[in-house]
Amino acid sequence: MTEPIIALDHLTVSFPGHPVFSDLNLTVNRGDFLSILGPNGVGKTTLMRTILHQLKPTSGRVVYYPSRREVTVGYVPQFRNIDPEYPLSIRNFIELNFPGFRLPWLSRNERLTTNAIIQQTGLTQIEHRPLGEASGGEKQKAYLAQALVEKPDLLILDESTASLDPVTKTELLDLVKRLNETSGLTVLFVTHDIPMARRYSNRYLMMSKGGTESGRIQDLSDQQVWRSDHV
Amino acid sequence: MFSYVFMQNAYLASTIIAIICGIVGVFVIARNMSFLTHTLSEIGFAGAAFGLFAGWSALGGMLLFTTVSSVLVGQLSAKTSRRESSISAISALFIGLGILFISLSNKNASYATNILFGSVIGIDAAAVHQLIWLSVAVLAVIFVMYRFLTFDSFDPVGASVHGLWTNVISIVFLVILAFSVSVAAQVVGSLLIFILLTLPASAAKYFSHSVVGMMTIAVFLALIGVWGGLYLGYVTNWPVSFFIAAIEAGFYFCALLIERFKK
Repeated sequence: MTEPIIALDHLTVSFPGHPVFSDLNLTVNRGDFLSILGPNGVGKTTLMRTILHQLKPTSGRVVYYPSRREVTVGYVPQFRNIDPEYPLSIRNFIELNFPGFRLPWLSRNERLTTNAIIQQTGLTQIEHRPLGEASGGEKQKAYLAQALVEKPDLLILDESTASLDPVTKTELLDLVKRLNETSGLTVLFVTHDIPMARRYSNRYLMMSKGGTESGRIQDLSDQQVWRSDHV
Repeated sequence: MFSYVFMQNAYLASTIIAIICGIVGVFVIARNMSFLTHTLSEIGFAGAAFGLFAGWSALGGMLLFTTVSSVLVGQLSAKTSRRESSISAISALFIGLGILFISLSNKNASYATNILFGSVIGIDAAAVHQLIWLSVAVLAVIFVMYRFLTFDSFDPVGASVHGLWTNVISIVFLVILAFSVSVAAQVVGSLLIFILLTLPASAAKYFSHSVVGMMTIAVFLALIGVWGGLYLGYVTNWPVSFFIAAIEAGFYFCALLIERFKK
């Protein structure tokens, strides 16, 4: 039985004099791997920021089930402003994501969780390297590991794999897919990469200037992709 | 040297200040707040001058001005594009206020000099006790808020996505910073406060890749600076602040050189 985790209810976001998207309705179920597709400027990142409650919708709402507080959300952006002299090691960066009114040092469980995620994301060899000195792919792995360390119910990949080489991209998405299948992780995958979307996701949301369409990924036609790029 | 009570007080006070500045400095550097710290030191000068004018202690005036204004500065400089201009404007305003209050309080120039350049040798036991209580308060807040502060300071994007109240964390940190500025001013003076709050932590980031490691190294470098500065000031009769500034700047340049050789 499908169980919703998040619903977009008549969601409209406009900036002054510039509507981004309007009347967007969509229900995402637990365990979905939803690809969000469409050309630049149609509001994919704006939609993610609205889902994260960083932007207030002009009208409509984003509903979390059972509530926002009870859904843990991990977010991996395409780019983070990490200075080349950023001092924290990859391990220490990942460990930041255990906030709370707790003792400054990590508990045994928190350390074990970090170790497991570092291993899963293939960062064991470089966990003590400063994040600022890591390559683009290693940084993306570290961002993903940080998002995963809190065991999210919903993971948002906001063009997180766009700048990666094909091998690293596949490694990361294989890992996310494995978590999606084994632990029911729900994934929102913002991408321009249609073959990758077809390979990993089960549903799609196609955004274009002309409106939005959604459905099962196997029903996504080349015509729809072409149309969204040219409307 | 330690047979003199004033030197005992000076060493005790500067040890406490070095510990506070080393720890808070790591967050200052992570949050790119060196310039704001410099501005707070000037606001501290105005606050101390106001304290003298109002018949309070200099520390009382500093605490009032730095706490209120740090929150104000933090809010005004929330947008990166206008951060430097806002800080400059507030800095100019408060230097002017400092000069005004010194003038209105009919104190002579040596008061202003003490505020600006510090007077650690003149610290008495009561002032040391006051420093201890303030420092314990700052450390207690950092201990309780540690995980929030480190997340928001070293990964503001992640902290925001996590749903942390980043505005509240920012205000709490600015108040901690204001307290630290007021405390540190007792040793190095308000003009040179940013030395202890920025240079040890700036150097430490080249030697450690963990928050606790950076704090430990920053505290160590700050301690060497203040202890060395006090000793050299005692034997040469030159200003302590000069020696502290020279030692800390030396550490920072050495750290840069070592980093360059490593690469």
